[in-house]
Amino acid sequence: MQKIKPLDHLILILGVLFLFVPVLMTLMSSTHGAVEIHSGGLYITPGSDGAATYAKVLTHRGGFTGDVTGLLMLTNSLIMGLGFAIGKIALSMMAAYALVYFRFRFATLLFWMIFATLLLPLEVRIMPSYQVMSTLGLLNTYTGLIVPLLASATGTFFFRQFFKSVPDELLEAARIDGAGPIKFFIDVLVPLSKTMMAAIFIIMFIYGWNQYLWPLLMTTDESFYTLMRGIKSILQVWVGSQIPDYNEAFALAVLAMVPPVAVVVIFQRMFIKGLTESDK
Amino acid sequence: MAHLSLKNVGKTYGGSNQAAVAGVDIEIADGEFIVLVGPSGCGKSTLLRMVAGLETVTDGEIRIGDRVVNQLDPAERDIAMVFQNYALYPHMSVRDNMAYGLKNRKTPKAEIEARVAEAARMLELGPYLDRKPRALSGGQRQRVAMGRAIVRQPAAFLFDEPLSNLDAKLRVTMRMEIRRLQKRLGTTSLYVTHDQLEAMTLADRLVVLNGGRVEQIGAPLEVYRKPASTFVAAFIGSPAMSLLDARFENGQVMVDGHALAPVGNAPGPVTLGLRAEDLRITSTGVPMRVDYVEELGAHRIVHGAIGDQPVAVVDNGGAALAETVHVLVDPAKLHLFETSTGRRMDTRIQAEAVPAQ
Repeated sequence: MQKIKPLDHLILILGVLFLFVPVLMTLMSSTHGAVEIHSGGLYITPGSDGAATYAKVLTHRGGFTGDVTGLLMLTNSLIMGLGFAIGKIALSMMAAYALVYFRFRFATLLFWMIFATLLLPLEVRIMPSYQVMSTLGLLNTYTGLIVPLLASATGTFFFRQFFKSVPDELLEAARIDGAGPIKFFIDVLVPLSKTMMAAIFIIMFIYGWNQYLWPLLMTTDESFYTLMRGIKSILQVWVGSQIPDYNEAFALAVLAMVPPVAVVVIFQRMFIKGLTESDK
Repeated sequence: MAHLSLKNVGKTYGGSNQAAVAGVDIEIADGEFIVLVGPSGCGKSTLLRMVAGLETVTDGEIRIGDRVVNQLDPAERDIAMVFQNYALYPHMSVRDNMAYGLKNRKTPKAEIEARVAEAARMLELGPYLDRKPRALSGGQRQRVAMGRAIVRQPAAFLFDEPLSNLDAKLRVTMRMEIRRLQKRLGTTSLYVTHDQLEAMTLADRLVVLNGGRVEQIGAPLEVYRKPASTFVAAFIGSPAMSLLDARFENGQVMVDGHALAPVGNAPGPVTLGLRAEDLRITSTGVPMRVDYVEELGAHRIVHGAIGDQPVAVVDNGGAALAETVHVLVDPAKLHLFETSTGRRMDTRIQAEAVPAQ
């Protein structure tokens, strides 16, 4: 055992506090009323309005049309996050499979072209992407929200590196065992990639969950609002003498944190298991 | 079960003008155990992979049974292969690993189960059927790999250095096991190894490869007793056969100015091959300087030199050796090779050596 060093622990404790206190304050403040927060600032102790606030946030019909509830926004965000993560994994796995296992002309060039798109963030291509979607009539649809962002250089790169580390003999054994390209992919590569998939799922789910700009452009219909937009729209009612519903914004923020945290907790275990247990 | 025939088989990789394998002709009878042996890079694995269908055949013709298989997919060739690193599917249980090939061939479930059970019984894998490969030892993984081959009941087994990843003791056990299984199943087998001991002990016939070409094909003892070239002579046998520059004088073969044995006459220099166990340390004979001695328990190997050419001698005595000893050889056990080509000079030596005795 190593000797316990007080200084190290102090640094660690400070680090934890630094990261945790704002989260705690959000959670605690969300249980106070809007007026209390407006006059008294943020709270670190629990208030009494918690249940009412969360119930209101989840079920209250708001927005211009008057039928956007927190629950709907939560669902939309989940659809975004899951659609992103699953779609990206599927697409980039197949792309990587083609790049690694099939010999075709310019494969390396193609790979580097895909890789180079890492340098181009969404914002760079946002106008053309919007126009394409608009022409296809996919504004205000889940397809329009998810599909244009599915191509993932990061995912393709990760899977390519992983497939390259799978021993060739496995492919040869599968060929002798009578597994064609599709069977080999489904029966061997997909199960072997579980840990990679978990890792990419974490990254991509959170990426999709946190999308703000793209949904903002793609959707004008309030029934497609995501949580990220919802939080913003609550704070936007900054008109006249009205006090913004800080408590509701905080409650939404807390709700917005729950699914990503859950995803990380669930998949991290798989991810670490995959890292420590050698599978090959 | 089937015979295997390789006719003038060759392989040239694209972009290279040198053949990795060239002009290989082997006829393998049904049930025969053939070992391809040679140093690394001699093309033995390439040849095996061509039979398996994992490499394209650029020259010649490979037949399994009565079918030419050059253009067939590995799965259609009715072969099973055991890889050096086992290549088990890590995410499948032992049972699924063995059953996978059968499932892909749409074998009925009951039959798959029966065959897997039979293979597991033969290989003593019963208790491990539901384990994942990573929970098995190296020897057990090797057995699973063999089981995967056995359940398929293929026309031929292909082994690609299957014992190289095992420790020395296990290698000997598994060697016996492979041989026993193959005898029992009677399946034609092609086995690649760089280990000449493995080759000698397993093979019905050896194929010694060098630089992509066949140096010699024959039963292990035949290859051992009559190596066709200096390459085979040096490769097969441990310690390696000593090869010395020699020449003939008055019907005697002369090494370093000393007459070693009467074998007849031939012009020009020759290469003389001496097996360590054919040499005897005596009081007369050719003087040999002793460099060092390897004690092996049952006998010892004396390494030394005649003149400046290294020689190894097996000696059964336990006495301390002088700095210089004398060695003799039975003239019938000499090996003579043409120095220029490295080919064996067999007929002449036999014809002239016999009357000299």
